Amino acid sequence: MKILVTVKRVEDYESKIKVKADGSWIETAGVNYKSNPFDDIAVEEALRLKAAHGGEVVVVSAGGPAATTELRQMLATGADRAVLVKHEGFLDSDTAARLLVKVVEKEKPDLVLMGKQAVDLDDNQAGQLVAEYLGWGQVTFASKLESLESDAEKKGVPGVQLSPDKKAAQVWREVDGGLEQLEVQLPAVITCDLRLVKQLRYAKLPDIMKAKKKPIEELAAASLGVDLTPKVKVVRVEPPPARQAGIKVPDVPTLVDKLKNEAKVL
Amino acid sequence: MGNILVVAEHFKGKLRKASLNAIGAAQQVKARAGGEVVALVLGKGTAAVTQEVASRGVAKVLEADADALASPLAETYAQVIAQAVQASGATYVVAAATNFGKDILPRVAGKLGAGLASDIVGLAGEGANVLFKRPMWAGNAIATVEVATPVKVVTIRPTDFPEAVPSGSAPVEKLAVDPTSPKTKFLQFQEVKSERPELTEASVVVAGGRGTKGDFKPIEALADLLGAAIGASRAVVDAGWQPNDMQVGQTGKVVAPKLYIAAGISGAIQHLAGMKGSKTIVAINKDPEAPIFQVADYGLVADLFKALPELTEEIRKVKG
Ligand SMILES: Cc1cc2nc3c(=O)[nH]c(=O)nc-3n(C[C@H](O)[C@H](O)[C@H](O)COP(=O)(O)OP(=O)(O)OC[C@H]3O[C@@H](n4cnc5c(N)ncnc54)[C@H](O)[C@@H]3O)c2cc1C
Repeated sequence: MKILVTVKRVEDYESKIKVKADGSWIETAGVNYKSNPFDDIAVEEALRLKAAHGGEVVVVSAGGPAATTELRQMLATGADRAVLVKHEGFLDSDTAARLLVKVVEKEKPDLVLMGKQAVDLDDNQAGQLVAEYLGWGQVTFASKLESLESDAEKKGVPGVQLSPDKKAAQVWREVDGGLEQLEVQLPAVITCDLRLVKQLRYAKLPDIMKAKKKPIEELAAASLGVDLTPKVKVVRVEPPPARQAGIKVPDVPTLVDKLKNEAKVL
Repeated sequence: MGNILVVAEHFKGKLRKASLNAIGAAQQVKARAGGEVVALVLGKGTAAVTQEVASRGVAKVLEADADALASPLAETYAQVIAQAVQASGATYVVAAATNFGKDILPRVAGKLGAGLASDIVGLAGEGANVLFKRPMWAGNAIATVEVATPVKVVTIRPTDFPEAVPSGSAPVEKLAVDPTSPKTKFLQFQEVKSERPELTEASVVVAGGRGTKGDFKPIEALADLLGAAIGASRAVVDAGWQPNDMQVGQTGKVVAPKLYIAAGISGAIQHLAGMKGSKTIVAINKDPEAPIFQVADYGLVADLFKALPELTEEIRKVKG
């Protein structure tokens, strides 16, 4: 079982994000960078699948050289190899998807695991696009039926269930109104939601040292035969509309009075 | 001049309310760029939904009613939507940014070589040059984006567009479809059944966070009195205290009710991203420094296990 997992370097979701005064982008000075949290889930699921079925986990990132930090971290937590598709500057989701398709065509994995969205652009489309361009089936928003407090989760049982012949996978996914289970033929693209995995594994010091020696294959984005012109261009960025500051009420009767007579919502 | 194709979504034989907002968004595009709004209803047994859509101010309804469309699989649905784009001469494709729209529309864009602006909250630009506004970084920034392809695909955030009002009775045209067999198969659906209104459609939402410690009884009692939907933070859903469908936020549902009551929710940016468009926000939290108070119109520093039952009692009194 060869699994390819995508990892995007994004602004840490705990960092304070501020729009630049000229509206061209956000301030990046003083902002921490991290792997996209949904990709962390995808990597963990891939490592669980590898533990259960054997095989290889290849992590791929498209971005600047700084993304080697996130790739090394994934190598330290257990990924076998890493590929960096080098590109400086903005990549829209479509271009990123077409670059990833090139890597998939070269690596020929049985499964591509991705985060359902990256928490910078919040686009939620790259996985679906990769599946479309490859003509593969997709399962988006992969989750599981058992709770994150279940024994199965504590034992690190993968949520993606492979058929005995490993030619198909059964996956639960979050949909409007509940959960649905799909069966998808492999190879396929699965995008991961929050409740696929609770506990991520952390790299141990010796593994971090070893990961430093693992090679990261670098491919120049411009050499892959992909048109790098974005289809969706960011023209301007602005801060969100601010909500007017409210008040603190001393007690419940005052709250009810305000709701009835001021906000008129009761 | 191209037309605007709206994909109507339905569940258990009923049009989803979010699709009315999608038609509303399409009408805004039409007012700017011209063309006609054409709706597509696809599925199996679509007659009632088609009738409803035909009465909502669209020029035409394309109806694809086929066994192959019994479950909304992205592979087959994207094929049919792309076919409808050709059939309708559309240069804009619009759907609601529900899980359905988020799953399928990217594949439609991929088939058409089109760019997709996801989860848009408004239009920008001037005249026929339509740009789109969309949140990024959990709503910490609003970007204006240009979709630089001849066909433009968008998913719209339902809370930010008006519902299409009943108007006219559009002709219905059947679309004959024969999608190639998909590589995915639907196995089963575990529905979250609830007597309460749908979270995204309710005019009042009472939401609980980790502060409830999993005891939603005081929240349910208040919700019952107000005819409200119940919402939850990620912490609550992760703990298995409430189903995934109740999660409000950046990566859950976006709601904008007339009244949102948050109890025991700290107000992380990822949660705020899903509810700060609400008209009136009430926060009940025992920590006076909790960030939820920064967006609350009315904040009450209190223990929710005391405050919620008291609130329910007081409201019962004023409602008589
Ligand atoms: C990629 C990603 C996506 C995410 N998406 C979402 C999302 O869509 N939606 C979402 O909600 N979160 C999301 N989160 C999680 C988010 O960052 C927060 O962790 C989460 O919202 C916290 O939930 P909470 O407020 O219930 O819990 P906490 O932050 O633990 O807050 C609990 C609050 O309850 C108060 N409290 C405790 N006891 C009482 C009491 N007896 N009475 C009154 N108050 C009490 C405390 O003072 C505290 O403020 C996401 C995180 C990541 C990384």
